[in-house]
Amino acid sequence: MAERAVLSVRRVGRITIDSILQLGYAVRFIVLTLAHSGTSFSRFRLVIRELYFIGVLSLIIILVSGLFVGMVLGFQGFHTLQTYGSESALGVLVALSLVRELGPVVSALLFASRAGSAMTAEIGLMKATEQLSAMEMMAVDPIARVVAPRFWAGFISMPLLAAMFSAMGIFGGYLVGVVLIGVDEGSFWSQMQSAVDVREDVVNGVIKTVVFGFAVTWIALFEGYDAPPTAEGVSGATTRTVVTSSLAVLGLDFLMTSLMFRGV
Amino acid sequence: MERSTLDLWVGLFVCAGIGAMLILAFKVGNMSGVTGGDTYQLVARFDNIGGLKPRAPVKSAGVVVGRVAEISFDDERFLAKVSMRVASQFKFPKDTTASVLTSGLLGEQYVGLEAGGDSGMLADGDSLRLTQSAVVLEKLIGQFLYSKAAEGDKAK
Repeated sequence: MAERAVLSVRRVGRITIDSILQLGYAVRFIVLTLAHSGTSFSRFRLVIRELYFIGVLSLIIILVSGLFVGMVLGFQGFHTLQTYGSESALGVLVALSLVRELGPVVSALLFASRAGSAMTAEIGLMKATEQLSAMEMMAVDPIARVVAPRFWAGFISMPLLAAMFSAMGIFGGYLVGVVLIGVDEGSFWSQMQSAVDVREDVVNGVIKTVVFGFAVTWIALFEGYDAPPTAEGVSGATTRTVVTSSLAVLGLDFLMTSLMFRGV
Repeated sequence: MERSTLDLWVGLFVCAGIGAMLILAFKVGNMSGVTGGDTYQLVARFDNIGGLKPRAPVKSAGVVVGRVAEISFDDERFLAKVSMRVASQFKFPKDTTASVLTSGLLGEQYVGLEAGGDSGMLADGDSLRLTQSAVVLEKLIGQFLYSKAAEGDKAK
């Protein structure tokens, strides 16, 4: 009995130590990546290549989801606002929910599953097939050559993708609200413009996406770099990337929202 | 992938992203409003500000001329102290009246400025002496019932 208790306490200790170690590795990894970013900027071509794979190829999913999220917001918002006779506030509802929350969060979740998992799998496989070791043998630093360009590409793409998501979503809300249902176009835009503040809403949304971009790319790259060099290891790392970065996005979002919109 | 095609796509991507941000700032947000630019500060003290909030608009004749910057409590005179930032291009006479008004029945509350006839103009940091408080619904109903009761007494 007592032995059992000792065993389970020991397991708790093991888990704690392991996770702190892992966190330490992750922090060392990101510090190394930032320190070796010089190459990414002196050879910006590397970043541009990754921008294509991470950013441009994520465009379709981001734009289509943005449009649909906006259209659904238009329908649901209209349905609820109608009961209070304030359909003209539809623009405000669509714009604020997209710019403050849905734009940054949903596009970060999509980004994690579309681009994050791909980055993890790519780097994990490079490690499994010993391409990273081969680079080291040739005195090419894999962090500077492989990891840092991907990090900067993800960091740059995320805010751009989220902005496009929000813009597309507002267009979707406009399509449903004004074109389909027939909310007055003038009040749709003018109420939106008077309620959305550039500093409080738009800039805060952009700050969120920058933080999400940092977190998701960091997690994806670290999981790939840290993956056990086997087929199972890579698949496990890919799964962990999506799960961990989704949780990180939601947790960070709660934290930032409570800091940003506390007083309003 | 050929280098020039790749460049083209990435360039398009970055431009579209920046474009989306600009749309959010100008078309969706109110960047073009009076929040930017030069402003001067006016202070008004109210008996009751109702539900007025910082960043609420300051309007004159229905046109937004500024925003409420800060609301605090003046514990010497037991009044609400409202600081407003008004765009410098709009000058108001010294005897301007400030009142807390509501747009529509359930709309947001704002500060309305009504110009007087004084020839001197308000400068940065000046206080408005004439103010009118927000209408508090409970008080209004109370007054209404009171006057109804008084009418009833007269009829007897």
